[in-house]
Amino acid sequence: MLIGSPRERLEGEARVAMTPDSATQLQKLGYQCVIESGAGKSAGFSDDLYRAAGVTVVDTADALYAQADVIAKVRPPLADEVSKLAPGKTLISFFYPAQNKDLLEQAKSTGANVIAMDMVPRISRAQKMDALSSMANIAGYRAVIEAGNNFGRFFTGQVTAAGKIPPAKVLVIGAGVAGLAAVGTSVSLGAITYAFDVRPEVAEQIESMGANFVFLDFAGPAQDGAATGGYAAPSSPEFREAQLKKFREIAPDIDIVITTALIPGRDAPKLWLADMVAMMKPGSVIVDLAAERGGNCDLTVPDQKIVSDNGVTVIGYTDFPSRMAAQSSTLYSTNIRHMMTDLTPKKDGALFHNMEDDVIRGATVTYQGEITYPPPPPKIQAIAAQKPKEKAKELTPEEKRAAEAAAFKAQTKQQVGLLVIGGALILLAGLFAPASFMSHFIVFVLACFVGFQVIWNVSHSLHTPLMAVTNAISSIIILGALMQIGSGSWLVMLLGAVSVFMAGINIFGGFMVTRRMLAMFQKS
Amino acid sequence: MEYGFTTAAYVVAAVLFIQSLGGLSGQESAKRAVWYGIVGMALAVLATLYGPGAGNWLISLVMIVIGGAIGWVVAQRVQMTEMPQLVAAMHSLVGLAAVLIGFNTHIEMIRLAGMDEATRHALTGFAAVIAHKTPVEINILRVETFLGIFIGAVTFTGSIIAFGKLAGKVDGKAKKLPGGHVLNAAAAIISLVMLFFYLSSGSTLAIVIMTLAALFIGYHLIMGIGGADMPVVVSMLNSYSGWAAAAIGFSLSNDLLIVVGALVGSSGAILSYIMCKAMNRSFISVILGGFGGTTGPAMAVEGEQVAIDTEGVAAALNDADSVIIVPGYGMAVAQAQGAVSELTRKLRAAGKEVRFAIHPVAGRLPGHMNVLLAEAKVPYDIVLEMDEINDDFPNTDVVIVIGSNDIVNPAAQEDPNSPIAGMPVLEVWKAKQVFVSKRGQGTGYSGIENPLFYKDNTRMYYGDAKDSINKLLPLIN
Repeated sequence: MLIGSPRERLEGEARVAMTPDSATQLQKLGYQCVIESGAGKSAGFSDDLYRAAGVTVVDTADALYAQADVIAKVRPPLADEVSKLAPGKTLISFFYPAQNKDLLEQAKSTGANVIAMDMVPRISRAQKMDALSSMANIAGYRAVIEAGNNFGRFFTGQVTAAGKIPPAKVLVIGAGVAGLAAVGTSVSLGAITYAFDVRPEVAEQIESMGANFVFLDFAGPAQDGAATGGYAAPSSPEFREAQLKKFREIAPDIDIVITTALIPGRDAPKLWLADMVAMMKPGSVIVDLAAERGGNCDLTVPDQKIVSDNGVTVIGYTDFPSRMAAQSSTLYSTNIRHMMTDLTPKKDGALFHNMEDDVIRGATVTYQGEITYPPPPPKIQAIAAQKPKEKAKELTPEEKRAAEAAAFKAQTKQQVGLLVIGGALILLAGLFAPASFMSHFIVFVLACFVGFQVIWNVSHSLHTPLMAVTNAISSIIILGALMQIGSGSWLVMLLGAVSVFMAGINIFGGFMVTRRMLAMFQKS
Repeated sequence: MEYGFTTAAYVVAAVLFIQSLGGLSGQESAKRAVWYGIVGMALAVLATLYGPGAGNWLISLVMIVIGGAIGWVVAQRVQMTEMPQLVAAMHSLVGLAAVLIGFNTHIEMIRLAGMDEATRHALTGFAAVIAHKTPVEINILRVETFLGIFIGAVTFTGSIIAFGKLAGKVDGKAKKLPGGHVLNAAAAIISLVMLFFYLSSGSTLAIVIMTLAALFIGYHLIMGIGGADMPVVVSMLNSYSGWAAAAIGFSLSNDLLIVVGALVGSSGAILSYIMCKAMNRSFISVILGGFGGTTGPAMAVEGEQVAIDTEGVAAALNDADSVIIVPGYGMAVAQAQGAVSELTRKLRAAGKEVRFAIHPVAGRLPGHMNVLLAEAKVPYDIVLEMDEINDDFPNTDVVIVIGSNDIVNPAAQEDPNSPIAGMPVLEVWKAKQVFVSKRGQGTGYSGIENPLFYKDNTRMYYGDAKDSINKLLPLIN
């Protein structure tokens, strides 16, 4: 089958859904690749590079749509692009079906199958085709770079002959993929980085990236990201108040704010209000990654960079991934390629649209003239439910002493109890058994006791030698055989001899092996 | 006079044996401890040959020499990785010896019953000991003999199966005949009934039926236990062989046998207990057969195992400051300990901190990994136990997992429905990067899927462990 990528029609969009590298990989799956002339130009891939990779270059989008069975692109298709689809063709791109109802209807009426890359379910198996994550990663990185570009100072603190430079303080709000990427970039540039998220379980992730988690002292129930597939959910008004209060507290100190807070299927929550911007020092920068959905900051204007009255730059670009087109095209085309791999289980160049597959089913928004959005919930949960963490209580000295005393008491009780029971049992046995038995029995009990005491001290690493030694020693059973071998009966003698023989193997074998093992232990 | 000397020798031997076990508390004293054991054993055997009751010196000595020679040769030749099998196989010998000796006692009893008073008084040695017993003592003797045979028989077949499983000659999966524990219980009940029958009649038939039942129990019990539990099984069988010796000691009125049997029995029992605790499993559930008792479907593992090549691993190792190596049974199978040791040496020479994390049940014997690493001359002070090292993983750059699976399975902590839920595991996934050296994508001995392999910071380094590590060596600088 033929897979093709057209040039992106949207103004300023530099990405492309197929790179020469991904085309090579797609050809290994059995597909032939076509590309519209000039599609990769803004991302740095010339038509010649594509030709070198074995891709057919066609001049117009019409020719491409006519030839290709599978069309892979980046942005949601425009109305005239959708009209070029036909039954049997498959379109793979970002689609945002919830926001683009009309487009969805139109796509349905063409009879083509549409796979929305933004609808890939968030489960581990689908991570390799999670284009939202790979784009968010780029956006997070780029956000810090843009901020640095507009920020008049160093990120790192330095003490130089020309004076001391304080380190920049960066606050990242929302620790999703983009947020964490921003945290990582900011930390590696040397800024003091803080991060905040409504999901307390990400604190660990934030700290693992080297940033400080802005801890909110809030008594109400915390959010569990697992219930919403790892995404944040709207918070209660009380929580929001506590959150804003905290932000107001720290706003005067912060030099750069990067907001990435999004809630699936809703407008971005307003988290950085006008008064907070007013508190910030002149020259500070705010980068709003949620600008496309209205922005987290009051002042954000989508697609523009503005400067507030007090000299704070607010960046509301919505095309961060496109600003790094070569990188984002590489990642996105790899996501597409992984999607194609899942769609081509036999690697024979024939598309198999398996609607039973959780991932494919979830991402498909129209299938054979039907709208299949929204998908049923996936069969597996994305993330394990967060276990409530119990904090170990700090014990006061008195409590500790009391606990120790109680443990001592319990131990005493247990030991005394065991001794009493054991003693009683032995006495009971003594009442009935003859004296000759009892004398042996006492030896037996004492030996057990000695065994218990001795073995507890054996170091863990010596357990195997211990086993070999006890195995060797257990061939003491040879004594029994030796005592019987002198019997008058030939049968007894024979069995005795066999036993002596076997025990003999064990004695020599056991000790020998133990010695070999122990000889190897050495100190460095 | 003679009797007094033998007893004195027994006392000395018993003390030596206790010293021998106690000496294993440290690596250095352990080397001495073995000699205590050897001297103790030699003393015990000589004293018995010299003492009352023994006869047929010649046959005894010949048998010891032949057996000893075989044991010597086998122990010399065996690979360190085959240790678990060897120990299991040797247990079976003790078990069988116990059965035979028990039968001997029984045969003597029958022979004596047929004699008249005058002949009895003329008897010497072991037969005389039995001949002078009162009826109550005879009954006790029967119980002891019976127990000795029973435990010996269970040890015998159990050890053979354990040997087969460890050597890969028997399928390692937990298997049960239809009927499961009911069969075991039935065999045990038959044995109990036979005990009473035997006490009242002293018939040979009863003891034979019981032996068969016990042989079956040993077979079926160990067949039902999965390969991952073999360390516990081996130490349990070790304990059994001790109890069998103790029971035989009772029946022969030999105090040294009783003492040593009890020592071995209790030490094996404690070892099993320690290991079960390390796996967070009750001893009963291990004995009653493998993994089980889960309440719901295990969490499905989704994702992809991402492979990495030698260069990738080498680059990460060269960049790392701290490395922890987690060896498992796979390292033993591939005989990779030498290569691992060499890798350790090189990394340490490059100034990196290299440590080994040993899970209590890594391998097929307790302390199995320690023995292998010691063989490969890895210094034992960088070989740490789980509790000592588990908190250090988050600060570690690279973890190399070599052929271990269940002991690094995060499902034990994350998935309450996992068969190994609650088992303490090495938290390798907390490290910055984890490399798993593994032959293929299959599951471990226990057959449980391991989510570690699908984690973002995990890379799969496929291939035979020895080859893989050897390929790494030239790239480390």
